[in-house]
Amino acid sequence: MKIGIVVFPGSNCDKDVHHVLRNVLHADADLLWHKRDSLQGYDAIVLPGGFAYGDRLRAGVIAAFSPIMKEVKRLANESTPILGVCNGFQILVESGLLPGALMKNNSLKFVCRWTNITVESNRTPFTHALKPKQQIRIPVANQEGRYYADPKTVETLENNNQIVFKYHHDDPNGSVNSIAGISNEQGNVVGMMPHPERASESMLSPFGGDDAVLIFKSLLSYLDEQR
Amino acid sequence: MSLTQEEIVYLKNELKRQPNEVELSIVEAEWSEHCSYKSSKPFLKLLPTQGKRVLVGPGYDAGVLDVDDGYVVTVHIESHNHPSAVEPYGGAATGVGGVIRDILSMGTRPIAVLDALRFGKIEKDSHARWLFKHVVRGIADYGNCLGIPTVGGEVEFDSSFENYCLVDVASVGIGKKEDIITTNADKADYVVLAGGSTGRDGIHGASFASKALEEENRSAVQIPDPFLEKLLIEATMDAINAKCVKAVKDLGGGGLSCCLSETADKVGKGIEVDISKVHVREHGMTPAELMISESQERMLYIVDKVHLEQLFSILDKYEISYSIIGKVQDHSDLVVKYNSNLVANMPASLVANAPLAKRIAKRPRYIDELATVKKPALPSDLNAILLKMLSNPTIASKRWVYQQYDHEVGVRTVVKPGYAGASVLRLDNGKFLAIKLDGNSKQCYLDPYNGSMGCFAEACRNVIAVGAEPIGMVDHLQFGSPEDPEIFWTFTEALKGISDYSKAMNIPCVGGKVSFYNEGSKGPIKPSPVIGVLGLIDDPLWIKTSLIKENDALIIIGSTKDEMGGSEYYEYIHGVVGGNVPKADLAYDSKIMQTMLNLIRNKLVNSVHDCSKGGLAVAVAEMCILGNVGATIDMSKIPSECSRTDDLLFSESHSRFIVSVENDKLTKVTGVLEGSKVPYGVIGKAQGSSIILSKNDSAVNISVDKAEDAWINTIGEVVEHG
Repeated sequence: MKIGIVVFPGSNCDKDVHHVLRNVLHADADLLWHKRDSLQGYDAIVLPGGFAYGDRLRAGVIAAFSPIMKEVKRLANESTPILGVCNGFQILVESGLLPGALMKNNSLKFVCRWTNITVESNRTPFTHALKPKQQIRIPVANQEGRYYADPKTVETLENNNQIVFKYHHDDPNGSVNSIAGISNEQGNVVGMMPHPERASESMLSPFGGDDAVLIFKSLLSYLDEQR
Repeated sequence: MSLTQEEIVYLKNELKRQPNEVELSIVEAEWSEHCSYKSSKPFLKLLPTQGKRVLVGPGYDAGVLDVDDGYVVTVHIESHNHPSAVEPYGGAATGVGGVIRDILSMGTRPIAVLDALRFGKIEKDSHARWLFKHVVRGIADYGNCLGIPTVGGEVEFDSSFENYCLVDVASVGIGKKEDIITTNADKADYVVLAGGSTGRDGIHGASFASKALEEENRSAVQIPDPFLEKLLIEATMDAINAKCVKAVKDLGGGGLSCCLSETADKVGKGIEVDISKVHVREHGMTPAELMISESQERMLYIVDKVHLEQLFSILDKYEISYSIIGKVQDHSDLVVKYNSNLVANMPASLVANAPLAKRIAKRPRYIDELATVKKPALPSDLNAILLKMLSNPTIASKRWVYQQYDHEVGVRTVVKPGYAGASVLRLDNGKFLAIKLDGNSKQCYLDPYNGSMGCFAEACRNVIAVGAEPIGMVDHLQFGSPEDPEIFWTFTEALKGISDYSKAMNIPCVGGKVSFYNEGSKGPIKPSPVIGVLGLIDDPLWIKTSLIKENDALIIIGSTKDEMGGSEYYEYIHGVVGGNVPKADLAYDSKIMQTMLNLIRNKLVNSVHDCSKGGLAVAVAEMCILGNVGATIDMSKIPSECSRTDDLLFSESHSRFIVSVENDKLTKVTGVLEGSKVPYGVIGKAQGSSIILSKNDSAVNISVDKAEDAWINTIGEVVEHG
């Protein structure tokens, strides 16, 4: 069982995700340069946060055309679990793997702070070890983190159980319906703005918990069950 | 031309001929105050630079400290004051870029940034607000994109910074001892310039920064490209890990002129370059322009023939442009050609070592005139005063600032901004690094010796308060023109204060920077040294924050004195500039800090807060706000030499900490304090929802909510809504 973490030029949370998977959870994980054209042998993919291509043009839009994304799309269609965090979420949206858009925050500023999210759907590989409505303390760090989709799309997301996380009374971005993370229809592709890799060790939490490690643990136990 | 007549004569005599135009441009850049330290160099020798953990001290791109187990941390501090005062966004952003490349030049990965900022009074001055807003955004956009967390800093507002600003950026790196690069080179090694293309931006930047800011020279400000910097970081780290480069040097002030002459001088070899090979972003640049351009995101590598292809393949991976611009030679000259025609040829050591400038120091009259002032009348409503103190932008929460910075990326930030006086980072060997920058222009103006020492003492207290033992220091000394004897005197006094403290506490200086000519249209700034202290923590259980818990006992350690000069209370509340500034008694200060560390290491205290700007009333209020609990303090229990209640509440005397202690540990703690023979008082308890400081009749009684509202929202409201 092996997890691939894609590194675009400008990714900057790649090593953090790698640290959590390798050093905290002792899972097998590799950093994969975006020029690769094969993802053979990887059972799950993480698109980490950062500023791929310096967020030029629009966050995530250039990375969506990186060579590796062809393979990511193929795996997405084959039900492989794919997680996009922050900039990774923006890339998933720009490449059409997830609906909607991530717009500039209401505050018009970059915001880095801890907040609270609730689990809205636990049918994804990344949330199946969590309980519905379970709260997770987790930080955000973004400037374009305000999730937006037209009302019809949002209704579809709600009806299909595709909203995975919502901010709990404390939305730092101003997202529609307080959305913090969504999945594709099948549930295997998940994008979220908050950073689970930053909330997976109690030492790093000002509240002393490691709530978000369950997102990665969910993935590992899901992959275990698949085997 | 900013070279003086004497300097031109000296250059002529050394060369034994007339220098040409290109040579004069190169020398002008390198002999600028900014690059050469020609006024300050003899005085900087006062600073102790040796210590058991110091592997590389001042004089390199960054200081290197041994943090055990084969790991080192590197640290450096720089400022970008002139550029930021003209173009705050680009000036501040490129300031971050420059200091990060210094960390990289040592072969270490940058893991954190801190910034110390100074502006005019933002409440009244819309230009100061504009500068503040865009400096913060510039730092945020640059650091965030790199994925290097901005973990801490400080901001001070004072009218002496009107129409000007100070933007100091410090960076910390981590690496393995064996990977440290201390520049070496051999004959026939290649000189490779990589990164951003060279353009006309930043022409004369170093000279621009070496005179008073009289005109807004926008072309002297560089243009930031954090994405390219990120690629350069990764490529340089790959090159270092592959051990394929012999020297790495960033291009900063003075561009190629400084980079090449300093590198050649350091390795004691010659460098011959053909600058027509430099990849450029605009056509028709003259050789002189190419040599002094300060275009950003450029690195110089020295690499031997065997590793050249390997370096190129790394740079190609990241799609970074590069050019081989020359070779290392056996002589010791800097030889510059353009299309094979010789355009400059001078001994590298001559270029790299400017003749010293003799400066005169004269004690300014104002020092004695302001030493004593009439005490302001005792205010009748101390509740209103405390609320006003908490909403004073210098004291108020800097949340508006640090939430714009990604302070978490890298998963190292254990103590984050807003939770304690210093920030704490996780290192790769299981230990922790605490770091803090402190400055105090108000006190340094009134008494540069004691004021500067006080900045150092405050930074040490902040680092100790999170459980760390100070291991090294960097200083950034910022003044007006050194050609003004009175200003130069304040510089020499500041340096003495820092040096005396450094020796007494055995905390070596591992790097720093001097910045003169900080003068805007309103005249010189107040003397503004900024001190950065690094501390090491062995055990995660020693790490403390300022959060208090209900029912904890509160103890003050150290005595409060009538030292109101330069206090926020005098200046912000009463507009009084003058009085005696707090003085650190070296032996006593050392004892207090050692006692504090003992209490922390024996796990006897829950939380710690130092007392400095705003005094103990502000410290207690901040602890209450963070812990979301009130406190009841009996002021008669505070060891003090103050006769007035307001002095007791707001004095900024050094050598004081407030700690919170669980009740069952109280006897043990007081036992340790008695044993150490340090003044202390068990002053009260964390309880209820109000901050109550009483002495006979109640003096202060405000709700925590009210205090929080004043403290946390002020800066955001002032900046966003004027």
